[in-house]
Amino acid sequence: MRTVYLDNNATTQPAPEVIEAMLPFFTELWGNPSSMHRFGGQVHHHVETARAQVAALIGAEVSEIVFTGCGTESDNLAIRGTVEVAHTPVNVITSRVEHPAVLEPCRMLKERGVPVIELEVDGKGQINLDDLRLALSRGRAVVSLMWANNETGVVFPIAEAADLVKAAGGIMHTDAIQAVGKLPINVQRVPLDLLSLSGHKLHAPKGIGALYIRRGTRLRPLLLGGHQESGKRGGTENVPYIVGLGRACELAAKTLADETTRVAQLRDRLQAGISNTCSKVRVNGDTEHRLPNTLNISFEYIEGESILYHLSDCGIAASSGSACTSGSLEPSHVIRAMGVPFIAAHGSIRFSLSRYNTTSDIDYVLENLPPIIKKLRAISPFAVP
Amino acid sequence: MWEYTDKVLDHFRNPRNVGTIADADGVGEVGSMACGDALKLTFKLDKQGRIADVKFQTFGCASAIASSSALTELIKGLTLEQAGKVTNQDIADYLGGLPEQKMHCSVMGREALEVAIANYRTGKTSKKILEGKVVCHCFGVTEDEIVRVVRENRLTTVQQVTNYCKAGGGCGKCQPEIEAIIARIRAEQPPAPPAPSGTAGPHLTTLQKIRLIEETVEKEIRPALKKDDGDIELIDVVDNRVIVALRGMCANCQVAQFTLKDVVEAKLREFVAPDLVVEESPS
Repeated sequence: MRTVYLDNNATTQPAPEVIEAMLPFFTELWGNPSSMHRFGGQVHHHVETARAQVAALIGAEVSEIVFTGCGTESDNLAIRGTVEVAHTPVNVITSRVEHPAVLEPCRMLKERGVPVIELEVDGKGQINLDDLRLALSRGRAVVSLMWANNETGVVFPIAEAADLVKAAGGIMHTDAIQAVGKLPINVQRVPLDLLSLSGHKLHAPKGIGALYIRRGTRLRPLLLGGHQESGKRGGTENVPYIVGLGRACELAAKTLADETTRVAQLRDRLQAGISNTCSKVRVNGDTEHRLPNTLNISFEYIEGESILYHLSDCGIAASSGSACTSGSLEPSHVIRAMGVPFIAAHGSIRFSLSRYNTTSDIDYVLENLPPIIKKLRAISPFAVP
Repeated sequence: MWEYTDKVLDHFRNPRNVGTIADADGVGEVGSMACGDALKLTFKLDKQGRIADVKFQTFGCASAIASSSALTELIKGLTLEQAGKVTNQDIADYLGGLPEQKMHCSVMGREALEVAIANYRTGKTSKKILEGKVVCHCFGVTEDEIVRVVRENRLTTVQQVTNYCKAGGGCGKCQPEIEAIIARIRAEQPPAPPAPSGTAGPHLTTLQKIRLIEETVEKEIRPALKKDDGDIELIDVVDNRVIVALRGMCANCQVAQFTLKDVVEAKLREFVAPDLVVEESPS
């Protein structure tokens, strides 16, 4: 059966060029980059090349990139590392719709007595910068705001937020895991102190991430050990995956234009097609400020898991913010924070595209989705007005 | 993905008896949009008082649709007395089992049937006949409903109750009350036969048990209480009863009973033995 993969905010297909770049580091170049012999030492410069490739994608200096095990580790290192090293007590400011990799470390810090402020979002999933100003007025803060939301694709005004944070003397971290490779990012133009990114969201494999740490930013490591990564992250370097992430970032720089034009057009085709063929749908999130690849759309009066299982039977992979898919009883915290009414919250579906999708993929979905919606509405006891 | 049986997937993909009966003898509607699942069941009796036709409409996940479909197949041809004896476990069994977190789907089926039968007998048409005290306000679950799922399915934890009828799965405020209901019913029931798997752990001598209790209090419980400037003292262990005294801030705390059950007892059950009961020293 045909597979149409539209769940790229969950994970992406590793690019063939990435896998190809990684393979020699399993078979021939398997030495330890810290070794004082040529066999290991020759691997070292490949790690540094990868570091330069990652740095180039976001306009950083090579020495400002630290490799980590995943995006979650990057977020934990950024938040816990800066709060724990602070000389004077700091507040933590974040938003209600962050990924758990940010929310959970913040909640742990809260349990330890650190004041944590979670900014609300409006119906479009946007923060209000006045709320941030108010929160910053309460004292020095470590601020963690996502560049783009994984569920809705909503893009926060990170540049403006970073300006406010720096003006107030705070530390600014952004979880840019969904944004890197999909939007142009340049840390020379945005006064960020820390930025998280993850390999498997931009066509590298799972198990590799990076944290941009602006030079001069003090931070306590999470993993204590050897001198690797300038002492900021102990542990022998995961060389094949570091090389893969470097190659993926190099590719992403080249395909960025395609992401923001062709992929966005495919997403818009999907959104328009669904809106034209299915009644009672609503697009969730700020469509003016949104990732080019993401569509979060609710089908009222039906439930998300049922839609996903029928889509899966057609070979279509998507995801849902419904309660039933998470194993919890409530819809996703992002959808709830936006105040989406229950008739739509349980039926939210996220389609997230990549550069590997084609017009034919989108047309296949538009052919198969409307009958599924019709069938489930026929089963639903709630009459569609 | 959930581990659904082939039968669940079959009833989800090809639901039986979808629709509504216009001149139904009994109508049962349960659940709501807010809850994330809802079921409307209608049936028609034949001259002998058997269910001649039954139809359903369901808003919900794959297992909710499959449970509704299974229910209609189960009760077709039964008298109302026979149908009234169908339990949520019968629905789950018919489908070859449901994931634990999805058991509430089978409970919704049984509830809709009950409401439909009550509608036939009393003419009441309220969407859900809520009798007795509402315990879980988030999902509108009454004490009677919780008592019933606990009894019928021999549930022992709040998490299980949430899996079966959703109670306690919203804001969580009613969890101590659910805990109390479970404790009350367990006191009424004869002890369940020993669990077939090795969940109970190895048998401990009294001395080993006391040492393990001491260690658990020291390493797992006291640090948690200290965070709130509280403390705990182990007074005695009598069979499966662990008698403790709360000290520090805990001594005057109004929610100390929750601490005893949710923290102290839960940890001791996890690390020592699942049948331990924690009591506060009377002194």
